[in-house]
Amino acid sequence: MIRFDHVFKRYPNGRDALNDLTLQIDSGEMVFLTGHSGAGKSSLLKLIALIERPTRGQLIVNGQNVNGVSSSRVPAFRRQIGVVFQDHKLLHDRTIFDNVALPLIIAGIGSREIGKRVRAALDQVGLLGREQGFPLELSTGEQQRVGIARAVVSKPQILIADEPTGNLDPDLSIEVMHIFRRFNEVGTTVLVASHDLHLLQHFNLRRVRLEAGRIVDSVGAELLDPARLIDSVSAS
Amino acid sequence: MSAWVIRHLQTLIGSLGRLSTHWLGTTFTMLVIGIALALPACLHLLVTNLQRASSNWDDAITLSVYLKQETSPDDARRISERVRQRRDVAQVTLITAEEGLKEFRRQSGFGAAIDALTANPLPHALVIKPAAEYLNAAHLETLAADLRQLAGVDAVQLDTAWVNRLNAILEAIQRSIVVTAGLFALGVMVIVGNTIRLDIQNRRQEIEITKLVGGSNAFVRRPFLYSGVWYGIGGGVIAWIISQLIVAALTGPVVRIAGYYDSGFRLTGLGLAPSGILLATGVVLGWLGSFIAASRHLREIEPS
Repeated sequence: MIRFDHVFKRYPNGRDALNDLTLQIDSGEMVFLTGHSGAGKSSLLKLIALIERPTRGQLIVNGQNVNGVSSSRVPAFRRQIGVVFQDHKLLHDRTIFDNVALPLIIAGIGSREIGKRVRAALDQVGLLGREQGFPLELSTGEQQRVGIARAVVSKPQILIADEPTGNLDPDLSIEVMHIFRRFNEVGTTVLVASHDLHLLQHFNLRRVRLEAGRIVDSVGAELLDPARLIDSVSAS
Repeated sequence: MSAWVIRHLQTLIGSLGRLSTHWLGTTFTMLVIGIALALPACLHLLVTNLQRASSNWDDAITLSVYLKQETSPDDARRISERVRQRRDVAQVTLITAEEGLKEFRRQSGFGAAIDALTANPLPHALVIKPAAEYLNAAHLETLAADLRQLAGVDAVQLDTAWVNRLNAILEAIQRSIVVTAGLFALGVMVIVGNTIRLDIQNRRQEIEITKLVGGSNAFVRRPFLYSGVWYGIGGGVIAWIISQLIVAALTGPVVRIAGYYDSGFRLTGLGLAPSGILLATGVVLGWLGSFIAASRHLREIEPS
């Protein structure tokens, strides 16, 4: 579903964000991306959403080589990926309904269908009935859930999230992660970047650790021992 | 209705709603556009009204025929009868030398000097009013040439020069309208473009988010284009109101002036077609200005 093949990313200021990165995420898999800030997690996600382009190497997303996607095709490319941001990136002057409906409006879907799908998405994140409110009337956790509803409303096959729990307290964080887990369970490929290892220990899922743009550790779900994991967290 | 049409209508109404939330700024922008459009529109009104006025003055076109000094009053009458029979002549007034002298004495105030003359220096004269359907420069020249051929005719004076001059001036003004209108059109586009540019900067975050969730440049551009269209409509309506106000303000004085010239001339405002053109010009310029600005500046905004 997502395949990095010796991918390098160097920014115009000379910083190397990704350094010969090779990674495969299968369809229907849910993977955590860990590492300190600046390790390259955000860059990796930005490449998937085509917010940035690889400097070298191949990146295949959903069967498409991103190098072959012309800038005029970028919007259509992004529509197949749901993206959740740490700072939610909601439009504060629009209702919650309008925020969640935005990807569907862009896709040119009819009003009645939009209504149905927006309510379904809000229901999945536990915010049904709040459509007519505005984002700033919600708590941070609720705003993040609106962001998730917007990311999944067009039923993308790939869902990526950059520190989605960065501003949330532990209980809310677990709740938000469970929402991602539920989408994953119905077949969506999910990639979540998070530096919060305490949170990740609640989930028996593969995690990929980045350091200076390289994968330093990739642990399959089957090899994870929760007890030992906590040790390594306290050690680091 | 298809989802696409509904979406466009929603964007159209939505952009109007957004403009109305900043109604003061919107009004000022529309006012500036309106004034810029009103200037060429008023010049156009000036020309069309002058053209109508000058065609009214065609009534005043006459040919003066001066008979030879030796012509007798009876011959003069005979010549005037012959001229009257022409189809292209509406009216012939004979002013005999005596009548002419009397009139000159009365109007000039040179009574004493004229009394000193031993003979009447004035010839008999005919004032000829051409028939309305022959009132064109070419035929008037033919008529004048025919009259010159008549026995006993000394000179024919056809005073159309001032009409030609006025027409030439009107043509020059018309040309200048085209140039002025072009410049003001450019001005309107710059005003709209600049307003849209600022609007884009203010909504930078919204544009970034829309692009992040897959909005194309065309999608992001659409509300700005509709804003431009609304600015154009508002400006066009204001320009129309300005031109009508100017006509209303000038109607009284113009009627008085026309009265002094015994003319029933009245100022007219913009007709239906020119009003439509004015509004359409506003819409097209608003759209074009916002299109150029939005295409330029939206491309620069990419999510990071």
